[in-house]
Amino acid sequence: MLSVIDLEKTYETDEEALRGVSLEVSDNAIVAMIGPSGAGKSTFIRCVNRLVEPSAGTVWLDGVEVTALPQDDLPEVRRDMGMIFQEFNLVERLTVMENVLSGRLGYVNVWQAYRRKFAPEDIKRAYELLERVGLKGYENVRADKLSGGQRQRVGIARAVIQRPKILLVDEPTSSLDPETSRVVMALLTDIAKEDNIPVLINIHEVSLAEEFSERIVGLRKGKIVFEGTPAELTEGVRDHIYKGSPISEDSPVKETVSTTEVPNLREIDRAGIRG
Amino acid sequence: MATHIEPERRTWEPPTAFANKTVKWIVYAVIVVFFLWSAWGVRISFDRLLIGLESGANLIQSMFPPDFGPRQLNLIRIGMIETVAMAIVATVIGVVISLPVAFMAAENIAPKPVYAVGRFLISVSRAFHELIVAIIAVKAVGFGALAGILALSFKTVGFFAKLLAEDLEDIDEGQIEAIRAVGGSRGKVLLYGMIPQVIPRIVGLTIYRWDINIRHSTIVGIVGAGGIGITLLNSFDRYEYDFALAVIIVIVAIVLGAEVLSAVLRRRVQ
Amino acid sequence: MMQAAATDDKYVWERYDSRQRLVRYIAVLATAVAVVISWTLLDINYSYVATAPREMNDLFSRMYPPNLAYTGEIVAPLIETIHISILGTALAVVLSLPVAWMGANNTTPNKATYSLGKFIITVSRSVNVIIWALIFVIVFGPGALSGVLAVGVRSIGFMSKLLAESIEEIDHGQVEAVVATGASSLKTVIYGVIPQVKPAFVGITTYRWDINVRASTIIGFVGAGGIGMELTTSINYFRWANVLTILLTILGVVIFSEVFSAYMRRKVS
Repeated sequence: MLSVIDLEKTYETDEEALRGVSLEVSDNAIVAMIGPSGAGKSTFIRCVNRLVEPSAGTVWLDGVEVTALPQDDLPEVRRDMGMIFQEFNLVERLTVMENVLSGRLGYVNVWQAYRRKFAPEDIKRAYELLERVGLKGYENVRADKLSGGQRQRVGIARAVIQRPKILLVDEPTSSLDPETSRVVMALLTDIAKEDNIPVLINIHEVSLAEEFSERIVGLRKGKIVFEGTPAELTEGVRDHIYKGSPISEDSPVKETVSTTEVPNLREIDRAGIRG
Repeated sequence: MATHIEPERRTWEPPTAFANKTVKWIVYAVIVVFFLWSAWGVRISFDRLLIGLESGANLIQSMFPPDFGPRQLNLIRIGMIETVAMAIVATVIGVVISLPVAFMAAENIAPKPVYAVGRFLISVSRAFHELIVAIIAVKAVGFGALAGILALSFKTVGFFAKLLAEDLEDIDEGQIEAIRAVGGSRGKVLLYGMIPQVIPRIVGLTIYRWDINIRHSTIVGIVGAGGIGITLLNSFDRYEYDFALAVIIVIVAIVLGAEVLSAVLRRRVQ
Repeated sequence: MMQAAATDDKYVWERYDSRQRLVRYIAVLATAVAVVISWTLLDINYSYVATAPREMNDLFSRMYPPNLAYTGEIVAPLIETIHISILGTALAVVLSLPVAWMGANNTTPNKATYSLGKFIITVSRSVNVIIWALIFVIVFGPGALSGVLAVGVRSIGFMSKLLAESIEEIDHGQVEAVVATGASSLKTVIYGVIPQVKPAFVGITTYRWDINVRASTIIGFVGAGGIGMELTTSINYFRWANVLTILLTILGVVIFSEVFSAYMRRKVS
């Protein structure tokens, strides 16, 4: 179970990316985080595995306080968190197989990493995963020869072979065409369900979030402004998340950004949401 | 089958640039043997390195502090003036010779036989190190700056004509076509269609080459072709290592200065 | 120069405005003055200039034909030349890796190491190989060892500079992905950085080796081994036919190394 409490991040440029975000992802839930660009989605996901160092707040993964770990212990906890990226981030000059196996780097020593010596069961698992994501026979193809959709499939295999306790997925479809996006999302969520891995996924395409997730979190200007099921995500709520426009009374908006910081939200007050 | 074979037991080998493992190990072995042979060939031994360390320490000791006495400064001044002057003159002469060679060596301009001659001239100029050219120039015209100018001009041609020819080959045909279309003669096509495209490049390359020629003219003196190089060699021959260090410091300063100046000028020209 | 002088004064058009033209004239004038001053400072003996073509001609006629019988004698120094270029390049490779790591702004540990890296690069690059050879001949005595060190030390700056630039250009996303799998920093370098830098590394190494072959032919002038020693001896004893033989051999080696290095760079991309 991943639980994040009051996470804050202020960059050196004084940009406040996150202003107290709390979130829980448990069991094998698929949680989608939506919001306009600049809302802090990517920062949030990177704070969870501390690719970005949070300014305040805590992150817990299955009883381990990730935010309390010294820098040297980070690799060990990162092994338990699989990550999938917007730009795929495959090591382009390595083969598909080497990229998939890089998910097991946390379990080999430096010399083995250099000689590409991985455990036989990892290799067996890698073959299975390649077949699962539809890339059977591609193991010796170099990653830079693949199409975008194929690269993201390798990205999925690389994250899943970690046997992670959670999958952190950062805009998996932004670099893909609509057709491929749906296929990749379906594949990703299917595999997560089969292997019982909870998923936290950043996505700005609301339709994909509605279709493939069980819970949706709306992030706006570094704060959560909505949390609920896809059914509860009405058009009004969506406009609120993306444009900051006022919303109707019965919407499950969790909390709002303070009115002084976001002028548009003054109208929400007037509509009596807060009271 | 008698023996038990695990079903679906697939193995994977990390990719290699070689055909197979045997070839890989043979290549590695050849490389190792070659290195050992090289090391043996130059007689690197622990003793020699140890002795070297000691004399290295002595050398550094006798180099410091660098000797910038009045006599020394005067020698450096004379040598440096000659060095810089040689570089300037050689650059101009070299560029003037390079221009026709560059047009000869541009595939889209010159007819085939002319192109071959142009390429040949460039190759010959590029093949030999500036010191080899300088040593031959010294034998031909005697010690002094003239030999240096000859050597540097000769080396300039290979560099300058090669790069300019590549630019000429890259020029935009559309612009030339346009001038031809308005009825320009061959000369006018050259003037309006071609020259404007390469002029900034010619100026930039000239400055760049001047910078390189400064570097080279600091050393051609070592074989007697003028400049500060002879001052440096003399200081070493007379065991005046503190003076030698002074000369080296000035050379480095001039080389870096020329590099900065050339970078600034080229940025302004482009 | 391109004027369209119409009947009406208003329609006069000129290529450059007056300020631009002034700058241009000044630049051209300054260059011309510099050249003239340089020429006068050099105090060149014009009788030498006049006889130069004849001297050259004379020299080449004495060189031709090359002394083919001499070829056997230069095989050994030629091999030594190649050894120097290879060992020197290898030495530079080993030493340039840490320097490049220090001199690249995304890998350097702190400001001090960055400055140190840049300093080593500058010093190594600004001192010519022949000067390094002079120094090492004093330290280690004449011979190929001094040549190897001169070629190696000289190459560090060049290789580290280009290598540092290619390290600065790597795709951070690929590195981030490897970090995210839980790889330690050393494993991240092995898996995420090296594959990205490898083609540049091979390219820089073979390119520098190509340059070093040329350098190895001349360090013999100051006694640092290789065919350059043979060349100076032949010149000093006026054995011109032998000189041409050596020059042709050098030409062959240089062409080979250039072709080989171009092939390697094309192959690893």
